[in-house]
Amino acid sequence: METLITLALLLPLAGFTFLAFFGTRLPEPWPGVIATTTAGLSFVLALIAGLDVIGGGTERLTVTWFEWLPALGVEASFLYDPLSVLMTLVVTGVGSLIHAYSIGYMHGDERYGRFFAYMNLFLFSMLTLVTGSNFAVLFVGWELVGLSSYLLISFWFERPTAAAAGKKAFVVNRIGDVGFLVALMLIFNTFGTLAFDAVFGEAPAALGTGLATGITLMLLLGAAGKSAQLPLYVWLPDAMEGPTPVSALIHAATMVTAGVYMVARTGILFELAPVSAGVVATVGAATALFAATIAVAQFDIKRVLAYSTISQLGYMFMGVGAAAHVAGVFHLMTHAFFKALLFLGAGSVIHGMAGQQDMRKMGGLARVMPWTFATMAVAWLAISGIPPFAGFWSKDEILAVVFGRGGGWTVLWAIGLFTALLTAFYMTRMMWMTFGGKARWDDGVHPHESPRVMVVPLAVLGVLSVVGGLINTPFKPTLEHFLEPAFEAFHVHLAHPPEGATPWVLAFVSIAAGLIGIAAATARYRSRVPDEERGAWKLLNRGYYVDDAYAAAFVVGGGAAARWAAASFDQKGIDGAVNGVARLTGAVARRLRPLQTGFVRSYAVAVLVGTVGLLAWFMTRGGF
Amino acid sequence: MDLTVTPGWYMALASVLFVIGGAGLLLRRNALVMFMSVELMLNAVNLTFVAAGRELNVLDGQISVFFVMVVAAAEVVVGLAIIVAVFRRRATASVDELAELKG
Amino acid sequence: MVELVLFVIFAICALFGAVTMVWARNPVYSALGLMLTMFSLAVFYVSNAGHFVAVVQVIVYAGAVMTLFLFVIMLIGVDKAEDRSETLPLQRPAALVLLALFAAGVLVAGARAWTTGYTAPGEAVNGTIEAIGSRLFDTWLLPFEVTALLLIIAAAGTIALAFFRGDGEEG
Repeated sequence: METLITLALLLPLAGFTFLAFFGTRLPEPWPGVIATTTAGLSFVLALIAGLDVIGGGTERLTVTWFEWLPALGVEASFLYDPLSVLMTLVVTGVGSLIHAYSIGYMHGDERYGRFFAYMNLFLFSMLTLVTGSNFAVLFVGWELVGLSSYLLISFWFERPTAAAAGKKAFVVNRIGDVGFLVALMLIFNTFGTLAFDAVFGEAPAALGTGLATGITLMLLLGAAGKSAQLPLYVWLPDAMEGPTPVSALIHAATMVTAGVYMVARTGILFELAPVSAGVVATVGAATALFAATIAVAQFDIKRVLAYSTISQLGYMFMGVGAAAHVAGVFHLMTHAFFKALLFLGAGSVIHGMAGQQDMRKMGGLARVMPWTFATMAVAWLAISGIPPFAGFWSKDEILAVVFGRGGGWTVLWAIGLFTALLTAFYMTRMMWMTFGGKARWDDGVHPHESPRVMVVPLAVLGVLSVVGGLINTPFKPTLEHFLEPAFEAFHVHLAHPPEGATPWVLAFVSIAAGLIGIAAATARYRSRVPDEERGAWKLLNRGYYVDDAYAAAFVVGGGAAARWAAASFDQKGIDGAVNGVARLTGAVARRLRPLQTGFVRSYAVAVLVGTVGLLAWFMTRGGF
Repeated sequence: MDLTVTPGWYMALASVLFVIGGAGLLLRRNALVMFMSVELMLNAVNLTFVAAGRELNVLDGQISVFFVMVVAAAEVVVGLAIIVAVFRRRATASVDELAELKG
Repeated sequence: MVELVLFVIFAICALFGAVTMVWARNPVYSALGLMLTMFSLAVFYVSNAGHFVAVVQVIVYAGAVMTLFLFVIMLIGVDKAEDRSETLPLQRPAALVLLALFAAGVLVAGARAWTTGYTAPGEAVNGTIEAIGSRLFDTWLLPFEVTALLLIIAAAGTIALAFFRGDGEEG
């Protein structure tokens, strides 16, 4: 068992190492095949481990590789409990489908091998993150994920926008990382250890509310950076500059789910700090609404999906903030299915449209790309919250739990409900503008269905988007039974949806919201693309000018400060010191050069001086 | 008067020979003479080895002399070859002429 | 008593030879002075029970090595007088003072260390061929092999140097 799960973790790393050295020399499609194989094998191994847990086998297993920082008592060890197994399954499952899809999508790219090396690195990073059994390993995975996202977002670094997007993602993530790091220091200072078992075990007794609030707010900052929540969401829409499979990987399987996972994992700490939990849920609700409104006015198909991801992550934060960790992780999983599907479908559309991403230049694609259309329609219904598709079950469970908490939480529920309506609206808008209506293609563009290697992953994800939600219905909460031990082990008290008729009413209300959204969008976009480039639409399209505000507030000032530092501090200070050392050495050498007379006999005299000196020293030491 | 020749006498003689060799090394410019001075210094040390070996009743002193001789022979062979090579190029055996590497 | 006589006579010979070697303007005289010193040392080896070492000293050192020196002296044609004026400033006074200090130091230190009155255990050494050979090929085998390697390297280096031509090309 240990070997199995260790292998599951190491396979993507092996793939990365191999491809990093030999990937560029292998002809297409071998790097892709290798990378997909490692990801797929990793999935199979994780599946065996997961089935073992379901079958009543090992429920918790800690695998220690070696002592990493003995001074801090930190070990490189990995925890396998239902939560991390589920995360591993999602990461490797969706990840390997995306790998397979990329074999077709990246066809002809000059850095084909490197792309798959990075993809495998990304998988490995994410697996490290979700399986680490202490905060230090979690942090390593956290940073590795940041690194690989940087590498992949700016994969086409010839484009200045892509390079800038990669930088932006990295820098914004760093801001969150600062919070995470501070939280780690506080935790270590309080508990003297970073191991999950010890920290979560002692937390209820040892942690005061004030300190818990401080730690969890810092954790939240880290999670907001990684999971693109307010106010650190700005990197994610720009991350669309990467190749589309990368977007799918970042948005669905890896990276953005890290924050949700981390909040769920540290659930006990949030439970001890009700204020922080409330802040988490509020940030989630605000982000959900905020991003949904922006998504309504986007024309770039990938930007719609990007803001949609931010919005859906808001739901997950709402869930974990309300202590509905199972519901949050459940939504994470279903979202992984349909968002990966949406992104891969969008990639298929872009692929067929020869790189065109503007929905105003699409339309009428349903006829020429039937498979892409069919699968994306499934995802559309799933995200809009129409039963029995996957999104309905998970989103509804979150909303039910939030409503059940009563009081101020009802406001959050209302925001969530309205966001659901908006979600249905903008997704329907996207579907109509892309697949419905008349063709508005540019001249010379001949859309075509994508190759089979791209369509098959779409179909698999489509099936998962249909049935994925059924593993955790109110009638048969399989996932909840599966995950509960993981949270119980860390003393987390899960919130549950209210009993009785209330959930039914809530479910019908949210279905109604979804249907209203779909209907409104259908009415507006069925036959034409209205002019949406003025007034409030413009404001929404530009994302409330948040980017411009950040640019004015931080980037301009920061740039000026950096230039000043480069001119005065770096050039005069650092460079001056370096040059000064060189000049000093030169000056000393000029003075000392005459010592090297070139006359052997002078050197011999010098040797004799040393000999006499040594002799004198021995004699004084000898007591003469 | 009973004068026994103790090893100390040999040691003293070896010291004097060693210093004379050192003087030759430091004061003469001829590379060949300098080489001979080095040989003299090595011989002085050999004498101390043999004398000390007799004092301490161990044969290893004499064994050491063998090794010193071998090293000295190797050194002489290479050194003389260098002198010949230099002489072919510069037509001099004075080490003071060979000062290209001065700072 | 015999040893004392031998010591006095050959110590004078050795010192005379050494001074001649340093003092002579003509390198041929230097070589001859060094030979004299080496013969004297061979006598001292015999006095100190180093029979085989003495033989090697005469055959290898005074014989082969010094002959090699003479060959080279003749070969490069410097069998003529060399002027003894010093060109390097301070070289002579510095060397003499330092050497004097060194000699004084060694002799003062030695005067105490060499008269400890220590009597060593075991039999008196006898440097016969048999004794030296068995010791050399037993305890000292590895250093012996290493010196063999050293000699081969020296020979190879000498050959390489001999092929070296003035224009920098290999022979």
